[in-house]
Amino acid sequence: MSELSGVVVVTGAGGDIGRTTSALLAGRGAQVLAVDLAVDAAEATAGEIRAAGGAATAFAADVTDPDQVTAYARRAAELGPITGFFNNAGIEGRVAPLGQMTVESFDAVMAVNVRGVFLGLSALLPLMAPGSAVVNTASSGGLRGTAGMAAYVASKHAVIGLTKVAALEVAERGIRVNAVCPSAVEGRMMDSLDEQRSAVGLPATPEDRMGRRASPGDIARAVGFLLGPESEFVSGTTLSVDGARTAA
Amino acid sequence: MTGRFDGSVALVTGAGSGIGAACARMFAGAGAAVVVADRDLAAAASVAESLPGAVEVAEVDVRDPGQVATMVARTVETFGSLDVAVNNAGISNSGVPIHEISREDWERVRAVNFDGVFHCLQSELRVMVPNGRGAIVNVASVMGTVSGRGVGAYVASKHGVVGLTRAAAMDVAGSGVRVNAVGPGFVDTPLLSPVTRGDIDSVAANHPVGRLGTPEEIAAVVGFLASADASFVTGALYLADGGYTAQ
Repeated sequence: MSELSGVVVVTGAGGDIGRTTSALLAGRGAQVLAVDLAVDAAEATAGEIRAAGGAATAFAADVTDPDQVTAYARRAAELGPITGFFNNAGIEGRVAPLGQMTVESFDAVMAVNVRGVFLGLSALLPLMAPGSAVVNTASSGGLRGTAGMAAYVASKHAVIGLTKVAALEVAERGIRVNAVCPSAVEGRMMDSLDEQRSAVGLPATPEDRMGRRASPGDIARAVGFLLGPESEFVSGTTLSVDGARTAA
Repeated sequence: MTGRFDGSVALVTGAGSGIGAACARMFAGAGAAVVVADRDLAAAASVAESLPGAVEVAEVDVRDPGQVATMVARTVETFGSLDVAVNNAGISNSGVPIHEISREDWERVRAVNFDGVFHCLQSELRVMVPNGRGAIVNVASVMGTVSGRGVGAYVASKHGVVGLTRAAAMDVAGSGVRVNAVGPGFVDTPLLSPVTRGDIDSVAANHPVGRLGTPEEIAAVVGFLASADASFVTGALYLADGGYTAQ
């Protein structure tokens, strides 16, 4: 498999996708800066990588705060040349139909999923060298709607828009920017959504057509592809990892 | 990444040149036994000679379902299996607006680019679905999701390939077989029309990265989609277009 080098920043590194992807990237030779809101979660991911013989540094930051984003970007630059950025931190928010979704709930989702992605791109792109690559975590919710999830779906559509603009702006510098679009992934976020949907009487998120949900590893391998040299002509686009969900 | 396709059997149509030849090289270099299929047998043979490992050539006109079925049957006879298929054979059209496309040109483009992929899918899936495993990558185009001027037949055929990809993925999801499409931007291959070639600088400038793709860059994406790394990816169109569709 293609080897990586240099520093790769992963936000939301303590979550299921973030932790698994951090480990995969470190296993391919990247030095990972594992950023998470929860310091314990960031430390756990970094510790797991170091225990496996990889290089990782934990960093606690709230991706909605410009100063803290600047701080993680600065820390990454101190570690070495930044070659990759997995702009991944995101939250699902509260499930509620429009009319019942609170402004606070909407704003909270947009703050992490859109403002956080925007701030990350703003801070890191100027520090990245030609040949480096960014992957933003969008979702099949960035391509399709789901009842009860207005904020999340709007935020993930926005991530795809940000991805395209960023890709155009840095194309001539030889930097690639793409989005990965997972469908339902096993882990904390889907557990939360299953519980919330059931509580408000909405049907469960459908299984994907391959008869299972995605695993965090399914997403990690796609991110590894997008951050590596095999995807050298791939930029400004979305890669679905969704077991044919959006083929329907 | 040597060995990623060790023990696999890969079939590539349109493998006598361009993206198909690059795919054949990529699979052979990664350990697969490869069938290099092309309508032009001499071109296929010339590519095959340059490949390491187990290689066969096949002469096939994908417009003919009988020839396609024979190609797939011989692949299985020769190598014992069919694990990966890249349905890549394609042609461009003559560069005129829809109302001036000749019936012949329309039929020719449709027969190769659209019917050809359908024929290949049918024969390949008839082997792969009972085997419970396999990965198919159809070579579509950015023109499978956007359009340009004077490429109506090509655009329609490539949109059709994307539709076939999604439909096939749905039909076989759960069987262990995955079907995806790659959507290249403009790539420097013999397929580029004389019009495009004459205006290569502005075509390159239409790609935000400021250049055309290489066949190897498309083959790399095909390799990912065909590999176990993409085990949850099916029914998808992966664009490899240097930002062409982001603008």
